[in-house]
Amino acid sequence: MTARASLTLAGLVVAALLAAFPARAERLIVSVSNHRVTVTPNYSGEELVLFGSVEKDASTPADRNYDLVVTVAGPRADMVTRRKERKFGIWINTDSRQFLKVPTYLALFSNRPFEAIASPEVQRRQQLGLNNVLLTQRVGPDYADVVPNDAFRSAFVRLRREHGLYREATSAVTFLTPTLFRTGIPLPAEVPIGTYDVEIKLFADGQLVTRTETAFEIVKVGFEQFVATTARQNGFVYGLATAFMALMTGWMASIVFRKD
Amino acid sequence: MQLYLPIADIPVNVFLILAMGAAVGFVSGMFGIGGGFLMTPLLIFVGIAPAVAVASVASHIAASSFSGAISYWRRRAIDPALAVVLLSGGSIGTALGVWMFTLLRSLGQLDLLIALSYVILLTTVGGLMFWEGLRALLRARRGGTVTTRRPGSHGWIHGLPLKMRFKRSKIYLSVIPVIVVGLVIGFIGAVMGIGGGFILVPLMIYVLRVPTSTVIGTSMVLTLVTMVFATMLHAVTNHLVDAVLALILMVGGVTGAQFGARAGQKIRGEHLRLLLGLLVLAVGVRFAVELVIRPEDLFTIRETGGTG
Repeated sequence: MTARASLTLAGLVVAALLAAFPARAERLIVSVSNHRVTVTPNYSGEELVLFGSVEKDASTPADRNYDLVVTVAGPRADMVTRRKERKFGIWINTDSRQFLKVPTYLALFSNRPFEAIASPEVQRRQQLGLNNVLLTQRVGPDYADVVPNDAFRSAFVRLRREHGLYREATSAVTFLTPTLFRTGIPLPAEVPIGTYDVEIKLFADGQLVTRTETAFEIVKVGFEQFVATTARQNGFVYGLATAFMALMTGWMASIVFRKD
Repeated sequence: MQLYLPIADIPVNVFLILAMGAAVGFVSGMFGIGGGFLMTPLLIFVGIAPAVAVASVASHIAASSFSGAISYWRRRAIDPALAVVLLSGGSIGTALGVWMFTLLRSLGQLDLLIALSYVILLTTVGGLMFWEGLRALLRARRGGTVTTRRPGSHGWIHGLPLKMRFKRSKIYLSVIPVIVVGLVIGFIGAVMGIGGGFILVPLMIYVLRVPTSTVIGTSMVLTLVTMVFATMLHAVTNHLVDAVLALILMVGGVTGAQFGARAGQKIRGEHLRLLLGLLVLAVGVRFAVELVIRPEDLFTIRETGGTG
């Protein structure tokens, strides 16, 4: 097959795909500046840039105003939020609530306040804002999210925010032209390792127009990665090596500092 | 200089950790203790997960006590026979302690129990040491004779059977209390994640009447072996030993310990006990304060696994 023929074939496939979704008036094309963030010994946080554009076709109304909401969700994990209470004069953990498979990192960015973008109903349905994101809790025998002002839920979100792991910024997305946009994704130093899903939702006139997804990955590389995998997979050898290292360090020190 | 810790999963300042290791090493060399009861809270304060801190500190204490033990060995300040008997009790105690630790964890509220045992143990031991050091000091000031060894006053402990002669310490003692002391230290150490030297030294001085010339070196041998054992156990069961963190702590620790050991030789015994008592008491009080005052934040989050 010649290059020309394959190009024609590719063109046909694209045309067929486009024909299959004729109702889509807008299309989102996005990319992140780096799909693979490497955590090195001197990693102290980083900022990724997500940029993209809104592609229109003939059926798109000419002067539509767009709103954009970007949701970045890190690897999921189970977490427990505990509350301390005073008992017998000392503060101890009494009540606790378990959060199931919640994102370890969660960021919501938009170009204007969520209230201005959509109605409360749409905000809730599309999970716009930290108050509307689904955080599943184990409530007795059930699994459910609770109201945003629930003591445990708000404490959980507040604590994650204090560490920069949950964030919400309603002016982070900037439209460079009416259809070209960008936003920064700040990743703090203690960012969890894993796959991050990025969901981009386009709104117009208070309704979801289209959405797209992308992802990036945060990985440990080099020596760190080697140490972490060895510790997990060969605990015995790792322990032996660490113990040996301890003895060697102690022995070396006694030689170095020997004076008598 | 920032460095990323592979197991603790956070970046730290190398010089801060190095300085912490050196400071704790100095104290441990001076008093002949492992220093775990100081190092673990310090690491947690810096932001390292308590479980990782406890596990990594074990190997740091191993390095510190090994370098200390070598220098005490050269000065013939270790009683090998006494160390072996202590270790036989210590290893059983450590195994029992690990078993207890797992049991408590399954019952929940382990953190509270650890905090409470820190408070009770540190304030009691610290208070007693401080009081004893103060009395000895006052006695010395009044011009009385300081008697750290009272050969005539043999208590019931010295009436126990299975007596053994510990040549280097110049004591003739039943092995039963020695094994029991080793057992208790091993147990406490495993449950609380500390070396236990600060309890062991006074126990050996006041209960076993081991002369001060061999007490620190011998206690270091017990700390060394139990901490190597603990490092292995943490690495195999929980995969929580951060070798990079441990190495930085060790380098700081062994350096500090050398200077500490020299400083310790210059200070008089009763002053040393008074200072150590104060230090232990201070850490205990700090834990107590934390339990009693209203915490800044009533809520805490902890990851319970299930990543995916």
